[in-house]
Amino acid sequence: MIPFNTMVVLCGTGLLGVVSGIIGSFAVLRRRALMGDALAHAALPGICLAFLILGERHLPALLLGALITGTVGVLVVTTLRHATRIKEDAAIGIVLSVFFGAGVVLLRVIQNMPSGNRAGLDHYIYGKAAGMVVQDVQWIGGVCLVVILAAVLLYKEFTLLSFDTAFAATLGWPTLRLDIVMMGLLVIVTVVGLPAVGVVMMAAMLIIPGASARFWTERLHVMLILAAVFGGLTGIVGTWLSATFSRLPAGPVIVLVAAAIFVVSMTFAPRRGILARTLSHVNLRRRTARQNLLRTMYELVERDLDARPAVTPAALTRLRAWTEPHARRLLAAGARVGLIERTSDGHFRLTDRGLLEAVGVVRTHRLWEMFLIEQAHIATDHVDRDADSIEHVLGADIIRDLEDRLVQLGRWPHGTARPPRSPHEIAVDGGVTP
Amino acid sequence: MNPGVLETIRTLSTDDAWVMVVGSLVNVSCGLLGCYLVLRRQSLLGDAISHAILPGLAVAFMLTHSRAVLPMFLGAMAVGVLTAFLSQTIHRVANVPEDASMGVVFTTFFAVGVILITMVARHIDLDPGCVLYGAIEFVGLDMQSRFGLTAPRAFWSLAVVIAVVVGFIVLFYKELKIVSFDAHLATTMGINATLMHYLLMSLVAGTTVAAFESVGSILVVAMLIVPGATAHLLTDRLDRMLMIAAAVGIVSAIMGNILAVHWNTSVAGMMSVVAGLQFATAVVAAPRYGLISRWLHHTSLASRVVREDILAMIYRWHESTRDRSLSAAQVVRALGGGLLPHLAMLHLRVAGLVGPDQTALRLTRAGRDRARGLVRSHRLWESYLAKHFDLPIDHLHEPAERVEHFVSPTLRDRLAEEVIDAKTDPHGRRIPP
Amino acid sequence: MTMNAAAVTSERPAMNRTSDSPGASQSAAPWPVEIHDMTVAYHRKPVLWDIDLAISRGHLTGIVGPNGAGKSTLIKAVLGLVPKASGRVTVYGKPYEQQRHLVGYVPQRESVDWDFPVSALDAVLMGRYGRLGWFRRPRKTDREAAMNALRQVGMADFAGRQIAQLSGGQQQRVFLARALVQEADIYFMDEPFAGVDAATEKAIVDLLRELKRTGRTVVAVHHDLQTVERYFDNVILLNMRVVAAGPVADVYTPMNLQNTYGGRLTILDEVAEAVRQAKPIR
Repeated sequence: MIPFNTMVVLCGTGLLGVVSGIIGSFAVLRRRALMGDALAHAALPGICLAFLILGERHLPALLLGALITGTVGVLVVTTLRHATRIKEDAAIGIVLSVFFGAGVVLLRVIQNMPSGNRAGLDHYIYGKAAGMVVQDVQWIGGVCLVVILAAVLLYKEFTLLSFDTAFAATLGWPTLRLDIVMMGLLVIVTVVGLPAVGVVMMAAMLIIPGASARFWTERLHVMLILAAVFGGLTGIVGTWLSATFSRLPAGPVIVLVAAAIFVVSMTFAPRRGILARTLSHVNLRRRTARQNLLRTMYELVERDLDARPAVTPAALTRLRAWTEPHARRLLAAGARVGLIERTSDGHFRLTDRGLLEAVGVVRTHRLWEMFLIEQAHIATDHVDRDADSIEHVLGADIIRDLEDRLVQLGRWPHGTARPPRSPHEIAVDGGVTP
Repeated sequence: MNPGVLETIRTLSTDDAWVMVVGSLVNVSCGLLGCYLVLRRQSLLGDAISHAILPGLAVAFMLTHSRAVLPMFLGAMAVGVLTAFLSQTIHRVANVPEDASMGVVFTTFFAVGVILITMVARHIDLDPGCVLYGAIEFVGLDMQSRFGLTAPRAFWSLAVVIAVVVGFIVLFYKELKIVSFDAHLATTMGINATLMHYLLMSLVAGTTVAAFESVGSILVVAMLIVPGATAHLLTDRLDRMLMIAAAVGIVSAIMGNILAVHWNTSVAGMMSVVAGLQFATAVVAAPRYGLISRWLHHTSLASRVVREDILAMIYRWHESTRDRSLSAAQVVRALGGGLLPHLAMLHLRVAGLVGPDQTALRLTRAGRDRARGLVRSHRLWESYLAKHFDLPIDHLHEPAERVEHFVSPTLRDRLAEEVIDAKTDPHGRRIPP
Repeated sequence: MTMNAAAVTSERPAMNRTSDSPGASQSAAPWPVEIHDMTVAYHRKPVLWDIDLAISRGHLTGIVGPNGAGKSTLIKAVLGLVPKASGRVTVYGKPYEQQRHLVGYVPQRESVDWDFPVSALDAVLMGRYGRLGWFRRPRKTDREAAMNALRQVGMADFAGRQIAQLSGGQQQRVFLARALVQEADIYFMDEPFAGVDAATEKAIVDLLRELKRTGRTVVAVHHDLQTVERYFDNVILLNMRVVAAGPVADVYTPMNLQNTYGGRLTILDEVAEAVRQAKPIR
């Protein structure tokens, strides 16, 4: 049975994770990831001012104060970027540090007051998730509802604003006001999250779930849902860990959980993950090398295909810009998969299966070359290199289409199993032994 | 100045003087480096590094069990460079936007740092609060004597830092300039831009750690960005920018301390607020890039154009119709009404370019000279376009419309040389001498 | 008092302009687009000044000029995407702001982040957003229109693909399809031919002809001097100011080109510099 207090905190951080994941995703996509950081810092003077004016820790008032200075911070960043020569990064840094400095000044003033020590305002800097009460969770829940509602209702508007603001403006949309709504939501989320996780950690909560979610999908709505899930998980797991190992503060542990999710996503995500990308890159290179080898072998013996003479590695190097050791390595790799066999005198020959695959490869290559010559009026000597890079990625349907076109043009008798003749000379001389 | 503040200044102690000196050292080192960060649009990397070095400090402490300066330096520099490197690598290899990858890296490092510090907190007098806003107030408590001078411990380490920073900038002034301006150009010139980048970043990390325990990370961030940005608003020259940034840093240190003592509040926070105020002043009042100057320039130009339009209008009126009179009301109406034409009319009359009669406007001798010049520019320009551009005649007028206001007498003579034989403009109007 | 003071304010010639040439500003029927005395400045530097143009209806108009001549800025200023220091733009005689629904826009390909997580179809669908109300989702008819537009530019097979996985030419065609579903009357295109393959170039040309055939007006920034005469009816030669504008046959002369791209630009440049020094703005 989980104690009630822990339950409250788990709910609070979980909801906070969900909401910051959603709104943070837009910030990440708009290249405004660090705006949340600036906002979180800019909220501090507002919190302190509200306390100074009221003289007590009244949560809604503190949040309102944070909201006001946070919004002012956003406006200052925007104004500096538009009206002066200050670039956005510097504008964010200036707002972040100067507002925070002002906050620290006010904080110290409060702490020097007789009632100041009980204010607990310094929690807003490092956060104190364990101090969360039901009222805080209600606030976070309310904000969560508002943000999800906005993300659903304004999905279309937020999408276009993030993707192409200029186009949205030509549609007559009030892009500035939409932008303010979006940034306003960011401010509100930041402000309710501050007491729980603190200034720096809040930035992490906004950035990391969205950045992690992006690895797994190419669809915006999926990304938003994933970011919400990641954020929620992060909050709950982080809080649970910090409650279990009681010496660890919740905020930083939450960030580390988020970072772990990020690293896993970055490494293992299909397609966009580093592993998948590296693998597909290696595969393509391997396939390209094998196809180039097969084609070269075929070209060397093309005049005497029935006898299928064996070739030396040296002969390969004369046709391609390969060194002899490289050619030997390729041949050995081909032999391993049974496309090439080694003759008794140490030369190499295509196997039956190798020949079959080579015919396919050469056919694609020459079809593409001929197509380029026919269609794009490219000089013959420029063809080979271009054909080289593209042929390895042509799909079966495109090849069929190419065949049809060349047949229509009368460049290629229909139904020929063998590849068409090469449109350019291939210099084959020596190195071929029957 | 508020008499209370003056009173505070009178009561400042030697400790306060040391606070100002140490603050100035921090602010100048950061300000100088910050100029390059601002110009290279890498301000936020400074922010990231200053947060991220925390685990470096903690690890150095855990390994050596002391607050020895050198291990902490090395630890912080390593993590600082690692931050810059990882941000860049994740951005490139994993296709994550640059700011997001920076955000991921530095918040993670910071979290690790906070956890490490809380784990070793029993043995360390470095509390997380101190990390953020430092304890520059207390530099006077920890004095060290060297070379016959008794100064705060922080003074000595910061003196080394500022020497290194200034030395680096002086030594690599030219290289840094090119790298900051155009990294690709620098590479083609045989300057290793990547190396310069990481050198700069390790200097930022080193400065940060030296400044850390005295002033905390927020002042470091403020000083890395605000003085550089302020200077950027005030000048276009790199050498001046560096000097202005240093000056802004020193003013922040001195004024910040005085005001902090006056209101009994955080010195580091006050120093960044003072820096922010200087920046705000520059935004509003900078001579060339300030908001006021732009507005003034814009307004004065607009009113000059209107005045000249009025002069030329009266000239042309009398050129085409000798007998009828042109009233001020007509002119104002023709210019679209509003305040500006009225003011311009008034200005012209006071300046003695237009005669006093409001119902029948007359140019004075001086006014006619000015107007003739304007009309001459306009018609010369049209003639020039007509002669050298193969354009239909009705396309000539528009480009000449506003040019007349900006053609100086020398330029007008050049135009006259170009169209030496022209006595009339392409529309057959006489070009005034 | 019979004479109007405004008539002599400027030296606007009294003769009637040939009605079919852009550059004329008075005519009985309102022009699709008229630009009056437009000046644009980035920070202190004027990039365009005193642009006066009228775009003729149902024609393809190319904007041509050297780098930094302000070609893209001209389009952006017309569409209100960069602030104008002065001047106004009318569409069929009314202020552009009231006529936005008549105007479609194809931005430069580099202007957006192609890594954004949407499919080609989603991106095209954005062209319909202008006619959908607040909070409303695109409906089936919108999807069909988007699909048709993709088909029209030869991209139907790529509808589901994420936009980063398209080639540059294909991305350009997605942008064109997005403009098509706007069903606008006037199209502004910013370098539609930049960096595209031969197939895309042909697809774009076919599309431009089709737009012209159906009476649409197209204004496109163009960088390839070789193809101006083949692709466009009218041309605007731009180098910070309008050097010449009109039917290709009249205006696209070697002399004008030389004057736009260099040659006798010394005085032009000096005047531009004089204006730049004096003109402030923003």
